[in-house]
Amino acid sequence: MSQHTVTATDDNFQDVVLDAEGPVVVDVWADWCGPCLQIAPIINELAREYAGRVTFAKLDADANARTTARYGITAIPTLLVLRDGELQETIHGARPKRELVDRVEAILAVG
Amino acid sequence: MSTPTTHDLIIIGSGPSGYTAAVYAARAGLAPLVLAGSVTAGGALMNTTEVENFPGFPDGIMGPELMENLQKQAEKFGATIEWDDAVAVDLTGDVKTVETGSGETFTARAVILALGSAYRELGLENEKRLSGRGVSWCATCDGFFFRDKPIAVVGGGDSAVEEATFLTRFGSSVTMVHRRDALRASKIMADRAAGDPKLDFAWNSEVVDIRGEDQVTGVLLRDTVTGETRELDVSGLFVAIGHEPRTELVRGQVDLDENGYILVEGRSTRTNLPGVFAAGDVVDHVYRQAITAAGSGCSAALDAQAFLAEL
Repeated sequence: MSQHTVTATDDNFQDVVLDAEGPVVVDVWADWCGPCLQIAPIINELAREYAGRVTFAKLDADANARTTARYGITAIPTLLVLRDGELQETIHGARPKRELVDRVEAILAVG
Repeated sequence: MSTPTTHDLIIIGSGPSGYTAAVYAARAGLAPLVLAGSVTAGGALMNTTEVENFPGFPDGIMGPELMENLQKQAEKFGATIEWDDAVAVDLTGDVKTVETGSGETFTARAVILALGSAYRELGLENEKRLSGRGVSWCATCDGFFFRDKPIAVVGGGDSAVEEATFLTRFGSSVTMVHRRDALRASKIMADRAAGDPKLDFAWNSEVVDIRGEDQVTGVLLRDTVTGETRELDVSGLFVAIGHEPRTELVRGQVDLDENGYILVEGRSTRTNLPGVFAAGDVVDHVYRQAITAAGSGCSAALDAQAFLAEL
């Protein structure tokens, strides 16, 4: 886990994600998911590059069934993009960094 | 941003063929640059669990672990790995140019295309919409979410059996949907499937529609012999009907066959362009194994080495 991402869980989801200041990208992952491990370095890079502007949270699907059920997640990696507790966008599957940058910039441009 | 030096060899791709080419080229002193991919590094084996048929591992090895080993082996001998995608290439001249997703340009005298393959889709209208909502191409990633739910797997090859067998750990039922009346899988896999009490089979059946609004609720099957249709209620649909070569990047420069695979000269890995070689799934629509991909990656490195020695 990088020093720039935060760990989200069922128990702290309200605090860490829903009540967070600014946009939050939640990376739903698991250690048995190859593509999740493949995108992990990109998420870490984005977390570093957008530190202070966008929160990047990691949610382990294996241990946080309440949250994955709440968002109807049946495939990972999935990125949930939230702002003020509201789901803005769901990104399924592993995407190249440049595409994620475009999406994050679009979210920042709105607010 | 561009690097001033022209490399001897750039390898695009990091599956068994790409990394094996890198091991051989690095040992030959070519200091290859590997464009491993930003999110696809390691290739198709990253989505598998245990690989039982790669020679030298009597107890099997996990796909991701095998790829990490190959990566380390390539780096040990001097290969440089860039975790980036090739997004544009010019392969026609004496010096080949490769542009990456992050905007860098690399040049080399020789290029090995180990581009791999992508999952084939069913081509149904609802497939994209319900992708990530019950339609999946990766049992190891997504099987977990279908605990105690009915699952269907489409396909009849080794990959389909592997996925279906894995999914029996989770699903309340797992039904293999196959267009013929027998599996196409290898004997050991077909026997394993036939003897698995948790697997059901829908023979002579094809999926003609996927049901569901926000989540998959079922599939419409058509009997390939009688033409009759029937509904099958499932929460998860795993598609394992083969692969398509990833050749969009080189289309129009490198000669392809009618199915999009790169054409090579005889038993070599030489393409129609001097200094451009191809290996792995992007060439091979027949064998398509990790070990055959690795073998052709080795051939490509040796072909590239011979080409560079002649310059």
